[in-house]
Amino acid sequence: MNEQDSTEFGATAVRLDQGHIEGHGGIPERFANPGLPAHTPRMADLSDAGAKRAERQVVALFTLSILGTVAFLASYFLIGLDRTIFIPGIGEMGASNAALGVSMALTLLGIGFGAVHWAKTLMPDEEVVEMRHPLRSSDEARQAVVTTLTDGGEASQITRRPMIKYTLGGALGLMALPVIVPVVGGLAPWRSPAEELSLTFWDGGESTGGHAPTFKAMRLMRDPQNTPIKAEDVTIGSVFHVMPEGLLPDLETGEGGAKHQLEEKAKAAVLLMRLNPDDIKSQKERDWGYQGIVAYSKICTHVGCPVGLYEQQTHHLLCPCHQSTFDVTDDCKVIFGPAKRALPQLPITVDAEGYLVSKAPFAEPIGPSFWERD
Amino acid sequence: MSTSTTSRPADGLRDEDTTVSAAAPGAAARKLGGVAGWVDDRTGSAKGVGYLMKKVFPDHWSFMLGEIAMYSMIICLLTGAFLTFWFVPSAGHTIYEGSYVPLRGVSMSEAYASTLNISFEVRGGLLIRQIHHWAALMFVVALTVHMFRVFFTGAFRKPREINWVIGSVLALLAIVEGFAGYSLPDDLLSGTGIRAMQGFVQTAPVIGSYLSWGIFGGAFPGEMIIPRLYSAHVLLIPALLIGLFSAHIILVAMQKHTQFPGPGRTNDNVVGFPVMPVYAAKAGGFFFIVFGVIVLISGLVGINSVWVYGPYDPSPVTAGSQPDWYMGFADGALRLLPGWLEFSFLGVTLSLNIALGALVLLPLVYTVLGVYPFVEAWLTKDKREHHLLQRPRNAPTRTALGMAAITIYSIFMFAAGNDIIAIKFGMSINDITVMFRWGLFLLPPLVFWVTKRICLSLQRRDRDTVLHGRETGTILRSPAGGFSERHEEISAQDRWTMVEHEPVATLELGESVDSNGVAAPDSKTLARRQKLSRFYYGDAVNPVTPAELDQAHHDHHGEAETDAIEGGRH
Repeated sequence: MNEQDSTEFGATAVRLDQGHIEGHGGIPERFANPGLPAHTPRMADLSDAGAKRAERQVVALFTLSILGTVAFLASYFLIGLDRTIFIPGIGEMGASNAALGVSMALTLLGIGFGAVHWAKTLMPDEEVVEMRHPLRSSDEARQAVVTTLTDGGEASQITRRPMIKYTLGGALGLMALPVIVPVVGGLAPWRSPAEELSLTFWDGGESTGGHAPTFKAMRLMRDPQNTPIKAEDVTIGSVFHVMPEGLLPDLETGEGGAKHQLEEKAKAAVLLMRLNPDDIKSQKERDWGYQGIVAYSKICTHVGCPVGLYEQQTHHLLCPCHQSTFDVTDDCKVIFGPAKRALPQLPITVDAEGYLVSKAPFAEPIGPSFWERD
Repeated sequence: MSTSTTSRPADGLRDEDTTVSAAAPGAAARKLGGVAGWVDDRTGSAKGVGYLMKKVFPDHWSFMLGEIAMYSMIICLLTGAFLTFWFVPSAGHTIYEGSYVPLRGVSMSEAYASTLNISFEVRGGLLIRQIHHWAALMFVVALTVHMFRVFFTGAFRKPREINWVIGSVLALLAIVEGFAGYSLPDDLLSGTGIRAMQGFVQTAPVIGSYLSWGIFGGAFPGEMIIPRLYSAHVLLIPALLIGLFSAHIILVAMQKHTQFPGPGRTNDNVVGFPVMPVYAAKAGGFFFIVFGVIVLISGLVGINSVWVYGPYDPSPVTAGSQPDWYMGFADGALRLLPGWLEFSFLGVTLSLNIALGALVLLPLVYTVLGVYPFVEAWLTKDKREHHLLQRPRNAPTRTALGMAAITIYSIFMFAAGNDIIAIKFGMSINDITVMFRWGLFLLPPLVFWVTKRICLSLQRRDRDTVLHGRETGTILRSPAGGFSERHEEISAQDRWTMVEHEPVATLELGESVDSNGVAAPDSKTLARRQKLSRFYYGDAVNPVTPAELDQAHHDHHGEAETDAIEGGRH
């Protein structure tokens, strides 16, 4: 060690309030390391019987491992994947998985415990001392590296011919571009995603591509049945998962529906609820709804999880991901949790046949915020 | 165990210790020598291998934490290779026709269908899947606790700062790898996780929407995210993990393992057992034990039963959607950040309620971790090599800082379970969330203070034990009628652990102004330094010195190490 050892913080520093007593003749400043404790012999060191017993234990563990492997192979070939087994305290489970797991665990644990037990009982347990050496190289070795580098630099003449240095630096620096440009260029969108983020299927159809379609009123369809909803079907307290007409495929044939179904669903999902109109506090909400039936985007304005939990008594919507809570009686404003913005409302009315239809698309982008959303 | 021993140099050999002597090789040795000779003729590796086989490792249970992490990672690699044979990393649509009846005929992605196939049709497939998932959880648990051990014992000090930084990067990579992995099956739960991740990305200032489009190849969810996460999960991140992990291990071997202080152990030696045969058996055996335990859990306890959730669809959701535990702290931060942190101005929207928790917190945590050794070294001015660990009590401020940091982390992590806590304890989720918000500001300072006081008390108790000996429980009655307890002096061996650490003192400065009233040029920096030094070392309790012990003996003259109970302690 270097001489800093004793000076840096003063190995002698002692606090006076800790009962410090001046050292006096013959008493060292610090206690001396008393050295390794005496070795305590083990049973296996003391008697042949002890050693023999340890050997038997190790052999038993290794044998257990072999038996585990046999059991594993038997389970693999004999236990059908459809069989179940009841294990007390854990429950009903697949028999194959349980048998394979337990037998393989035996195989592994037998080897593991056997080896460790062997090491602990029979292998030497007297500690061995190895000396450390300073990690740093000698001063000469360090100097030699510096010299080699500077000499090499001299020999290459890079120091004397600076243009080589600059152009090499430039070339190496620019070399990153042919690597990075294709990656970034390939991944990057070449037009602003903002438009597409602001559109939904309710705007009149497919929103992917980011071209605003012409608005048309769409029926509110039950998800996943894909059937239209009559206003009188929506009783007070009920809640419907809704998709726009034309998004979902036919339930029977699986045909039709939007081309980018999941992408459209991720933006168009709507929750339909009916409240007592007198409970609604906002005139806008009443106007955009129909006789107390209101439709709100189901996509949380926090990070986009579906707002799945509706409390009928309090008319609160709760997002199960981060617990943002929205008040359905008051424009779905945030009353608790990390979201900032209210859930966007979908203006609805009924068509000639009495089915609920959209009156206009969402007035603002749904889902999580983004920089250019306004 | 007998602790009486003759005094001899700390690193000396015992009388009965024998040095390895070159005995005549037996038949087995000759055979082995033949093969080894063939290899050595072509590689010259005998010297290096011989050195490694004799390498000494110190023994302590806490040194196995890193081993558990290493083995769990290897188990993940082995089982992961198995899973790639059947898993189809594609969001392409398919209709499930497999043997799991409830989902037959359901439209889903090929990724989800192939995960169901691994779980229900491939024999042992479910077991391997569960081993993979359990081992991944174990990996992150073990490396986290390993990190705690390294932190609280000061093992990150010079010369091991680089390895601490590598370890921090490994820890970050491990949780990113985990996230990429559990997002692959494309079931409803994992898809909800990806959905939230998309939300995080989308709220990044300025470039959020572009970033999201770039990552997802267009609108969420798209068909690109599963294959991209797959190549990150099986190629990119594992390559980095293995590379950095190798560097981590090589540095441990080069720098030699740290050891706990104790009789015979010094900063210049390593006391322990050689690789051949002891550590080969112990560490090798321990791999099988870790593997065996994970397999046993995987055989008996189901994890991530993806068939229960159904295929991913952006409109439904399951209640109690939770990420795997190691992502919990980021998720919890998102639950605690209030909505008013989103601002709209000049036609743009800045969502700090999300960006802080989702985009800033993760890199911030690992940056703070990574730089800690350098901050502490700057604070303590300690530039020496340290190979002896510190008992956490002997670095009270560090221990307290660490505990405060763990408190913050834990609050975030438990906040991610606020819904579960609300259900299990029948509490209001709003109250719990508000409690966590307050706790975030109140608890860390409290924990810091309590931890520091506990450390100092333990140090004082060590001093007390050294000075006054061990309480024997034997009560003596003096002729005058007083009662006292007999104290027994502890052995030099036992004492050493309590007195070996270095005494410390705060940095003391001279006058900051000279006799003419002119401030020293760097007096401000120095004053700040001193303040930090006082913060770090201010309350230090230093070890007993031989002189103090000697004095304590004098104080007890005639009493033979007894303390009068009425008299109290000195």
